[in-house]
Amino acid sequence: MIKSNLFVGIMQLLGGMGHRMIARVWRLGAGARLFFLTITYSGESFRRFHLTLREIYFTGVMSLLIIVVSAFFVGMVLALQGYNTLQKYGSSEAIGVLVALSLVRELGPVVTALLFAGRAGTAITAEIGLMKTTEQLSAMEMMAVNPIARVVAPRFWAGVISMPILAALFSMVGVLGGYLVAVPLIGVDDGAFWSQMQANVDVRVDIINGVIKSVVFGVACTMIALFEGFDAPPTAEGVSHATTRTVVISSLTVLGLDFVLTSFMLVV
Amino acid sequence: MDRTTIDLWVGVFVALGVAALLGLAMKVGNLTSSKIGETYSVNAAFENVGGLKPNAPVKSAGVVVGRVTDITFDAKTYEAIVNLKIDQRYAFPKDTFANIYTAGLLGEQYIGLEAGGEDDVLKNGDKITQTQDAVVLEKMISQFLYNKASESKSDADAKPSDTKPAELGDAPF
Repeated sequence: MIKSNLFVGIMQLLGGMGHRMIARVWRLGAGARLFFLTITYSGESFRRFHLTLREIYFTGVMSLLIIVVSAFFVGMVLALQGYNTLQKYGSSEAIGVLVALSLVRELGPVVTALLFAGRAGTAITAEIGLMKTTEQLSAMEMMAVNPIARVVAPRFWAGVISMPILAALFSMVGVLGGYLVAVPLIGVDDGAFWSQMQANVDVRVDIINGVIKSVVFGVACTMIALFEGFDAPPTAEGVSHATTRTVVISSLTVLGLDFVLTSFMLVV
Repeated sequence: MDRTTIDLWVGVFVALGVAALLGLAMKVGNLTSSKIGETYSVNAAFENVGGLKPNAPVKSAGVVVGRVTDITFDAKTYEAIVNLKIDQRYAFPKDTFANIYTAGLLGEQYIGLEAGGEDDVLKNGDKITQTQDAVVLEKMISQFLYNKASESKSDADAKPSDTKPAELGDAPF
């Protein structure tokens, strides 16, 4: 009797795990379908570009402040920490290289994507989830307006356009922050700071790869936010859960994708 | 928000992004510094270039006067042929000495030119004949150990030879 109870319990556990797994795979498939539908119906977001422009304003321009301020502090901390270690080896001039390479290659795209997921991704999810809850999307369909073309695609392209711009700004402002700490504050030589940086940062290898990363992160973050909003149960609780999931899934996806992309790019 | 105001802000945003990218390419990257005006190219043969890479600086008296364009292997002489491009403004005598140096203890390697005394100067396509190879740390260490070993061996050899005559003299036969 006890044995059969245990058996039933284990079967239920396995069944629950399988059910959750199948639900995830289902969501992945639905997300992929939404992605392809977005690409298919994205003609309108370029023909009526003011729709996309509006979204660039909300996702890109409004994120400027948080991106610039965090980039400044990240650059300053990098310079401080880097100097602490580098001066032990008598090569404190290499601090420019350290700050620039870590910002351009990694921190610029990754931290921008994480901040973007928190600042713009949640807004997208909540907005679309609420549109669904208040049946605005259904109303659009009733009026023969495709909600994917009218609502999803402009937000998608706005995210994809904004992310590389934000990441480039992040890197540039970060380098300036590092410069401010290294040169006027610590007293590293001004010329050595820039010349070592210029000698060791390659435009094709480092900067272009950083831009490629940020475009990929832009696609991933925006798509996850859009799908979570589109897939949210039409209740207050459902939208709240979807917003949380957007941040969690976006952050994990960005960090995982970063590893994959870096391993592709660093193959010599 | 009025649409025209949004246009303006998005314009500012995109312009900032383009400016940041240009700044990264020009100020942080090496897009500008790799261009050194008019150049002429010379080549030099080394038995071992160590870790020298294309685009490494060519310095004379510590000043960058050119860059390494490419490094090839000569299958006939089994030497490395290093092509250099040197700024047209700087002329070097024909007997200039080309060394491969390392910046710092473990830094990147570069070519150092030491001007000779001849009146004729190097022209496009000329070959620098006097070269010194890169210092390979393993080679130096093994040479050092070898020298140490042979020193102590000769010491060991020398000592018995001092005592040998006496031994021989003490021999019972």
